[in-house]
Amino acid sequence: MASNFATAMKALTMEFEKTTAHHVVLSFGSTGKHYAQIKNGAPFDVFMAADIERPRLLETQGLAQTDSRMTYARGKLILWTSKSGIDDIKNTLLMGKDFRHLAVANPKLSPYGLAAQQVMIKLDVWPRLQPKLVRGENIAQTFQFVHSGNAGLGFVAYSQVINPVRSLQGSFWVPPESLYSPIDQQAVLLTDKQAGKDLMAFLEGSLARQIIQDYGYDVP
Amino acid sequence: MILSEQDLTALWVTIKLASVSTLVLLIIGTPIAWWLSRSQWRFKFIIEAIIALPLILPPTVLGFYLLISLGPNGPIGGLVNLLGGAPLAFTFTGLVIGSVFYSMPFVVQPLQNAFTSIGSRPLEVAATLRASPLDRFFTIVVPMAKPGFITASVLGFAHTLGEFGVVLMIGGNIPGSTQVASIAIYDHVEALEYGQAHWLAGSLLLLSFLLLVVVYGANRRYTVAQP
Repeated sequence: MASNFATAMKALTMEFEKTTAHHVVLSFGSTGKHYAQIKNGAPFDVFMAADIERPRLLETQGLAQTDSRMTYARGKLILWTSKSGIDDIKNTLLMGKDFRHLAVANPKLSPYGLAAQQVMIKLDVWPRLQPKLVRGENIAQTFQFVHSGNAGLGFVAYSQVINPVRSLQGSFWVPPESLYSPIDQQAVLLTDKQAGKDLMAFLEGSLARQIIQDYGYDVP
Repeated sequence: MILSEQDLTALWVTIKLASVSTLVLLIIGTPIAWWLSRSQWRFKFIIEAIIALPLILPPTVLGFYLLISLGPNGPIGGLVNLLGGAPLAFTFTGLVIGSVFYSMPFVVQPLQNAFTSIGSRPLEVAATLRASPLDRFFTIVVPMAKPGFITASVLGFAHTLGEFGVVLMIGGNIPGSTQVASIAIYDHVEALEYGQAHWLAGSLLLLSFLLLVVVYGANRRYTVAQP
């Protein structure tokens, strides 16, 4: 499953295991890596991706159960700095001053990175900010760059900064969702085991949807 | 399909990083190895253990500590800041520092073994002929330890060539400066660009193999020092 969803998923699994007899074993990683592993026979029952593309590819290749794809969360982007007390961080970005590095997830690999790129293109600062860009392999690493202070600011997942288990210092700006295409995260069934089906059903239920929202995601 | 311009750049950065790191390691590692081979200090083993640490630790541990310590609140980052220097994370210099820690045992251990095997006899003889300590080192130790130096250079170079975890943590994936071949390969695989991944991975494989063949071929003439 997608590593950006790790914190939320741990809370979800706790609830799921309370209500059913199933035991869930989670494997966190990047969607691209898991996709490659599943193609090569990794023994997973459910694949919770960070995008729509990879579950769809698995479905067309016959490696996932037909018509089992489901959007479990919609990610939100946030521009964040670990320094607190900065009033207008959006303006800091637009000016391109007062920071040495801007961290983004690699747009080629991460939907969050792609969204960040779209926001900067819309704001007309993308070419100008190129020399300041440092790229994380995934959104978790991008978060580390900003959290450790090595990057002055960065585009990370809203759920990483604002969630029930972590209260972080810093300043942020939440770009309107009109500036980037939706970061829809889909889950897909890989086997026809009952446990997998139950988990998918649980994720669609109102309790799960509430938890997912609490952890900083939208549910479509 | 052939290598893209960005892939070639990544290969070049890799070779540059490995060369610079190896040079720095030989300069730093030689006196350390010499001291280790000669010192009678009873707690010497502690220093040896510290130098051998990267053999055991996953590179991500080293990368994680470097990321924290290079940051503005970390000890190295704070010091650099105090001295008015530019932050080291996401720079080539930062990667060299990481690689030097990471590949240290691969250079120090072969040198230490080579120095130890020379023994003290040739140096005592030279001393009776009034050769100065520095003179003794460069005219006796260095030529006698030549296989050790070759092994140390190759292992240091090769180990840095294969570096991934540390660069992943502190590199920031900047083309032409911190994007090395191993990272570029990883990106290609993640992006399902398996064709480009093959080309770059194959190039790195061939490069590493040729390097080792040349060195082991040349090393045949000497008694082979075990790393």
